[in-house]
Amino acid sequence: MASARSEPPVAPKAVKIVVAGGFGVGKTTLVGAVSEITPLSTEAVMTAASVGIDDLSKLPNKSTTTVAMDFGRISLEEDLILYLFGTPGQDRFWFMWDELIRGAIGAVVLVDSRRLKDCFGAVDYFEQREVPFVVAINLFDGVLRHKAEDVREALAIPSEVPIIMCDARERDSVKNALVDLVEHALVRTVAAL
Amino acid sequence: MRGEDGHQRTYGPIVRPYTITGGRTRTTLQELELETLVSTTSLGQVELPRLNMERREIAALCRDILSVAEVSARLSVTLGVARVLVGDMAEEGLVQVHRPASQNNSSDIALLERVLYGLRAL
Repeated sequence: MASARSEPPVAPKAVKIVVAGGFGVGKTTLVGAVSEITPLSTEAVMTAASVGIDDLSKLPNKSTTTVAMDFGRISLEEDLILYLFGTPGQDRFWFMWDELIRGAIGAVVLVDSRRLKDCFGAVDYFEQREVPFVVAINLFDGVLRHKAEDVREALAIPSEVPIIMCDARERDSVKNALVDLVEHALVRTVAAL
Repeated sequence: MRGEDGHQRTYGPIVRPYTITGGRTRTTLQELELETLVSTTSLGQVELPRLNMERREIAALCRDILSVAEVSARLSVTLGVARVLVGDMAEEGLVQVHRPASQNNSSDIALLERVLYGLRAL
């Protein structure tokens, strides 16, 4: 847009939802299914300063490393933009999760029911920090391999946390998962008043 | 912190990222959130032809509102560099930054309802 424009009359607002889950579970696919832009990637450089000396010991022979995060964008209103951020693939980059979750509405934990343990870390993380989250079981090829309640039991997910089915490739399916998350976050916010 | 890079493997751009920012890694607007929105001001539009490379690119890109994360991705610079550049430009009045709404209080309910409405309408 090249037209001369002064400052927007209404301060635009950004909100954020985090998409977490194990490596290769389909986080970027999910983001791409609803994003109005092709998912972009931003990189953060991790140094001793950003993680503390203890954590750096987990990165042998390196004083810095790069963490990449994919993200997408949905303009909900002219002045209200929702960003979807995928967590870095490797769970050890927890400092980046702190950054991602700061101010976020909540998180969608995408689960491959064949590899449930891959999402343990994410579930623990959001529970400990009291971040609203939903568990979305990715329906690969549209096939449900496990019942939601079996997954709830396996992951010890509290009853108030929604567990939903989701096809990360399908826009409507992903949209519904996001709606479920925001509803859940809203219920929790109202309950906390 | 940057002195112990005897074993550092270098990859990516040859230019050290912090060369772009003149060696500064901090700005008074540090800790800009990933989703902080950036828009070029009228001053930024006027000054654009006189700005150097990255700053000019930011001023041009942010005629449309973009987040700090998008600035980082579109310029192919790290998040830290994008933050410093945007923070400096904000201090000089070339761009305006819009920090995200804080969460977890009653005013959030109205915002969450707007988000919900917007998502359902997609």
